[in-house]
Amino acid sequence: MRHSALVRATHWLTAASFIALVVSGVAILLAHPRLYWGETGAVGTPSLIDLPLPFMLTGQSGWGRYLHFLSAWIAVLTGTVYVLGGLRANHFGQDLFRPAHPAKYNVMQRITYAAVVFGLFPLMIWTGLAMSPAVTSVLPMLVTFMGGQQSARTVHFIVATVLVLFVVGHVAMVAFAGFRRHVGAMILGGEPSASEVQT
Amino acid sequence: MSRLITRRKVITTALTALGGASGLAVAARLADRYGLIPPDHGGLYGAGETLTYASHRLLTARGSLAREFSRDHISKVAPVNGPPPTAFDYQQLLRRGFTNWGLEIDGLVARPSSLSLADLRGFPVSRQITHQACEEGWSFIAEWIGVPLGYVLNLVGASPNARYVVFYAYDDDWESIDMADAMHPQTLLAYGMNGSELPAGHGAPLRLRLPRQLGYKSIKYLAQISVVDSLKDIGDGSGSSAPGYGYSWYAGI
Repeated sequence: MRHSALVRATHWLTAASFIALVVSGVAILLAHPRLYWGETGAVGTPSLIDLPLPFMLTGQSGWGRYLHFLSAWIAVLTGTVYVLGGLRANHFGQDLFRPAHPAKYNVMQRITYAAVVFGLFPLMIWTGLAMSPAVTSVLPMLVTFMGGQQSARTVHFIVATVLVLFVVGHVAMVAFAGFRRHVGAMILGGEPSASEVQT
Repeated sequence: MSRLITRRKVITTALTALGGASGLAVAARLADRYGLIPPDHGGLYGAGETLTYASHRLLTARGSLAREFSRDHISKVAPVNGPPPTAFDYQQLLRRGFTNWGLEIDGLVARPSSLSLADLRGFPVSRQITHQACEEGWSFIAEWIGVPLGYVLNLVGASPNARYVVFYAYDDDWESIDMADAMHPQTLLAYGMNGSELPAGHGAPLRLRLPRQLGYKSIKYLAQISVVDSLKDIGDGSGSSAPGYGYSWYAGI
């Protein structure tokens, strides 16, 4: 697979910021590992999901929040460059929506990548912004459509979990298809050997 | 490639870099003048904080209002985060029902004042039913009763040069907000909650209520307010005690 410089650069920036988002997201979650539905929720009110994790009230969410929002900015700016660049180069049309024959990616891969790029990532941004009292003062629809601030938090957690599962699957597939060649291709843009493309 | 083009390229690159650098410097000065730089802007995390604060200030520039709710949305459970101050002077005020408490207002104001609870209750009453979310993740909705901070600032004659309002509390916490938040109609000095006096755990006798930011910004147990034009010389210069605990000054997200 030949990857353009834009795809390679944005891939690794996204990978780095995604790792930072997951680590800092867990640090924030551990301050209150209970999930609710609706506008409000607290200890003493019914929860939707009690995660089997300890409450860590030792200020881990402070650096967690600083890192989360810094990496969220990097991820969002990178994602914007990726989508605009991808539209310009017709990357999504050629490789995802109207693939040439034979297609580079199979139908499961195309559905998965399209869902991640145009479904799950935008949903993460939406639910993230829906938790911000300043942003929802301007765009209240962001949170009312979700069913409330706590619902947005719960959806944010569930979609994050799905994205982590996607990354696990993605890395497993790369390992299965030839780790060194495929990672090399994503770094340098080179072509994996024909035998590896077929697997 | 000929040497001429290489030299031209070098010159063009240098000029672009110079233009970019001076552009950034101008942008930073403009951003500072229009109040788009938070006090904890230093370091790597400061870049993220600055982007968040600046974008939120531009987004909310028309004075957007935090969502308000109907009475039946008021939460039955309104958790208290930590006990009231144990300091002797606070405990004594609490025992006496805050009869001899006063809010000191100083700094860049024409009429430095000390306002009693009766003074504050005599001002126009503002009520709001708003969502309060803790950065930890839990939240509740409550009715808050108080006087808009902007009303009090106008009363004491806050200077046009004022850029921040600093709050000092009985538990030694301190906080500050910019003038956009200070003059916002939903920013209250709250003395009541859910139809009664503000409970001790929720910040009696007076707390800030700032519904466009997370809960920790709504500082409790107020003792003093200071109007300033810079935060640099106050405490460690980071704008509040929150960065000392590892939390950002701006909490709109």
